[in-house]
Amino acid sequence: MGKVKNHVIALLLLVILFIIGGCGKGKSTKGPLIESDAPNKVYVEPGKYDEFYGFVSGGFSGQLAVYGLPSGRLLRVIPVYSQNAENGWGYTEETKPMLNTSYGFIPWDDSHHSELSMKDGVPDGKWIFINGNNTPRVARISLGTFRTEEIIEIPNSAGNHSSPFTTPNSDYVVAGTRFSIPVENRDVPISSYKENFKGALTFIKVAPDNGKMSIGFQLITPGFDYDLSHAGKGPSDGWFFFSCYNSEQAHTLLEVNASQKDKDFIMAVNWKKIEELVASGKGTDMTANYAHNVYDDKKHSATSEMIKKVRVLKPADVQGALYYIPCPKSPHGADVDPTGEYIVGGGKLATVIPVFAFKKMVSAIGNKEFDGDIDGIPILKYETVLAGEVKDPGLGPLHTEFDDKGFAYTSAFVSSEIVKWKVETREVVDRLPVYYSVGHLMIPGGDSKKPWGKYLLSMNKITKDRFLPTGPELNQSAQLIDISGEKMKLLLDFPTVGEPHYAQGIPADLVAKNSVKIFKIEENQHPYATKSEKDARVVREGNIVHVYMTAIRSHLSPDNIEGVKASDEVYFHVTNLEQDWDIPHGFTIMGNDNSELLIMPGETCTIKWTPKSPGIYPFYCTDFCSALHQEMQGYMRVSDKNSNVPITFSSNYKKEDTK
Amino acid sequence: MVAVYFVPVWEITLEAPQYPEGLGFEIWINKMTGDLNTVNGLNHYIGMKKIEPDSIKELTYMPYFLGFLLITLLFTAWKNKKSLLMVWVAVFIVFGIAGGIDFYVWEYDYGHNLDTTAAIRVPGMTYQPPLIGDKQLLNFVAHSYPSYGGFILIISGILSVLLLFYELKFNKYEK
Repeated sequence: MGKVKNHVIALLLLVILFIIGGCGKGKSTKGPLIESDAPNKVYVEPGKYDEFYGFVSGGFSGQLAVYGLPSGRLLRVIPVYSQNAENGWGYTEETKPMLNTSYGFIPWDDSHHSELSMKDGVPDGKWIFINGNNTPRVARISLGTFRTEEIIEIPNSAGNHSSPFTTPNSDYVVAGTRFSIPVENRDVPISSYKENFKGALTFIKVAPDNGKMSIGFQLITPGFDYDLSHAGKGPSDGWFFFSCYNSEQAHTLLEVNASQKDKDFIMAVNWKKIEELVASGKGTDMTANYAHNVYDDKKHSATSEMIKKVRVLKPADVQGALYYIPCPKSPHGADVDPTGEYIVGGGKLATVIPVFAFKKMVSAIGNKEFDGDIDGIPILKYETVLAGEVKDPGLGPLHTEFDDKGFAYTSAFVSSEIVKWKVETREVVDRLPVYYSVGHLMIPGGDSKKPWGKYLLSMNKITKDRFLPTGPELNQSAQLIDISGEKMKLLLDFPTVGEPHYAQGIPADLVAKNSVKIFKIEENQHPYATKSEKDARVVREGNIVHVYMTAIRSHLSPDNIEGVKASDEVYFHVTNLEQDWDIPHGFTIMGNDNSELLIMPGETCTIKWTPKSPGIYPFYCTDFCSALHQEMQGYMRVSDKNSNVPITFSSNYKKEDTK
Repeated sequence: MVAVYFVPVWEITLEAPQYPEGLGFEIWINKMTGDLNTVNGLNHYIGMKKIEPDSIKELTYMPYFLGFLLITLLFTAWKNKKSLLMVWVAVFIVFGIAGGIDFYVWEYDYGHNLDTTAAIRVPGMTYQPPLIGDKQLLNFVAHSYPSYGGFILIISGILSVLLLFYELKFNKYEK
């Protein structure tokens, strides 16, 4: 009977989905008129700065977009997992190792969630982490250089979705697998899912001084789909909460087969206890193979190292540290309020939002009020742990963020709205439609101990008629909402890069003051750096030719090169000698089948080029650097591979320049 | 006056739309600091010689000249003689004027002695910064003013002249 009822509800939801899906086709639903003071709230005068940085994940673009808030101005797209021909990321010899994995060189990924590093549970503006979902990885980006400094691959994982959320002092960044797979991965029948497939939850240790990541330990848990997570804080510090769906352990048509049970779970992990167990020698070192890639700011180069083992723990190794909290209907978000007292689940198909009380969880564990176990992991009772439910929260509640006044804001995907409710009483106090189908939402500091509750960013999957049409392929969008008052007010729509999943926001002054302007040329330790024009040269080593080139307004040196032969491997190592802020130089050569270079002041970048046939090949600076930028050009002569033209080169270097 | 060893004497600043944060350099008694590399980089377009502190001999002599002045000043104070003070003030003023002339000649040389193959050659245009004051040089406005050390020296000069005047006029009974 219960099953039939569930089917009826599911059918109803589907019908509603279709109705909502059809809305855009009819009369335009442009939404409510905005408040008359909205333009003033988002208008940032030319030359003035935004109040917040917004770091919005690029989703299938694999990158991280940086916006100014409240203006919605795109400040930068930081290349992370995807090659970026615009500045050579992933194409240059220096950055290629960053995209190395155990699967070889992977030129893209699907980057879902960004998370700022924290101190005492508050974003500190040092680094931002972002996950690679498809080829499981976690990246760390410096907020000094706004560059990806480190990428670590996650072994035994497949679909790194519940990541990269961090503990209140960023001791650990987590990586929970969205797909369970055999651990270690091997050739088994898919139908042996229940027997062979496991879900790995990985805790990556972060060095407090330089942020260097290493895998601390990995929990090998039952084969569910681990979806999202957040760390406990305050009273719940020491715990981590992972939502999971597919406790049915289906392996086909999950849409139906993983939606059968009334409740799935949020897994509570006592990571402090496990850390102690690991320190005392619990668990086993399993053979593994995963890449750890680090970019060095002084060498302007990355290295990739394959790590060969990982510490794994089974539920039996960590008894008393893992518990399952039942959570209605395929939970998605697992969010912890600023006080650390409440854990909010978001059930994709649920009709309520369950709010769990940490205090109740602790006493239930103390009283051993369990409802059986799965693989030795005790299951707590829903009612015992529940603080209360938010009734009528909108359809398809997904994610919850918090302000600094005791309110929670939940995104409802199906009913396309933001629902505001009071954490203590669980009563809905306001709701605002968004256009259309919101996924994640973000309040600066809204998942930390200290939300700056002025703005909310709603990240929407569907834009349809919101902007001028651009053919079938449309940008997704973000909507900025004023949450400073009692009622939410829509302020601004702006298109986003890729698919904005999660985002982070932080007051601008915590980050801007540390932003690097140039790389000091005297600190450049690149092995092929050319720090002075007089050292510019061309060196042949067998069929490899190294061009030590310098770039300074408005010439490249050397600028006439002869003696290169077809099928030589030519490496252009270009050093930008400028020490002036915002004077990059570019470099490329005709027929370059790689990418261009974009070299920051004081930096050295290398592009490899293999000329295929004899001829004259012009090269030039690709960044309009100065009034005589068009003159910043040169020629390379490529001769037949059997010719005996010697290496010669000219340069702009004049003896009298150095007295 | 001892403080002159620890603060810049003169500063030349440049203003242009691309440099809202300012651009310039300071001349100390024995060195130059600031955005010299940037200024040199920009100056190559007009064929100006590179400003290289190591090749400017004044920066080597100046600390000794100033030291000489300080020691003779102490000697004058110790001897407490008007005639010595008169000589000292005269030397100091000559030093000041010579310094000014030297600075002007240096600026003239940099501003006029340009590479004839430079990218930007404006007939009749020279790029000598003002000795003191402001001047438009192509897209830059150049400002040349004394810095802390310069003010100390100027005030010291004025004070020493006033002192001499006072000694001569009101203190006639002492030798």
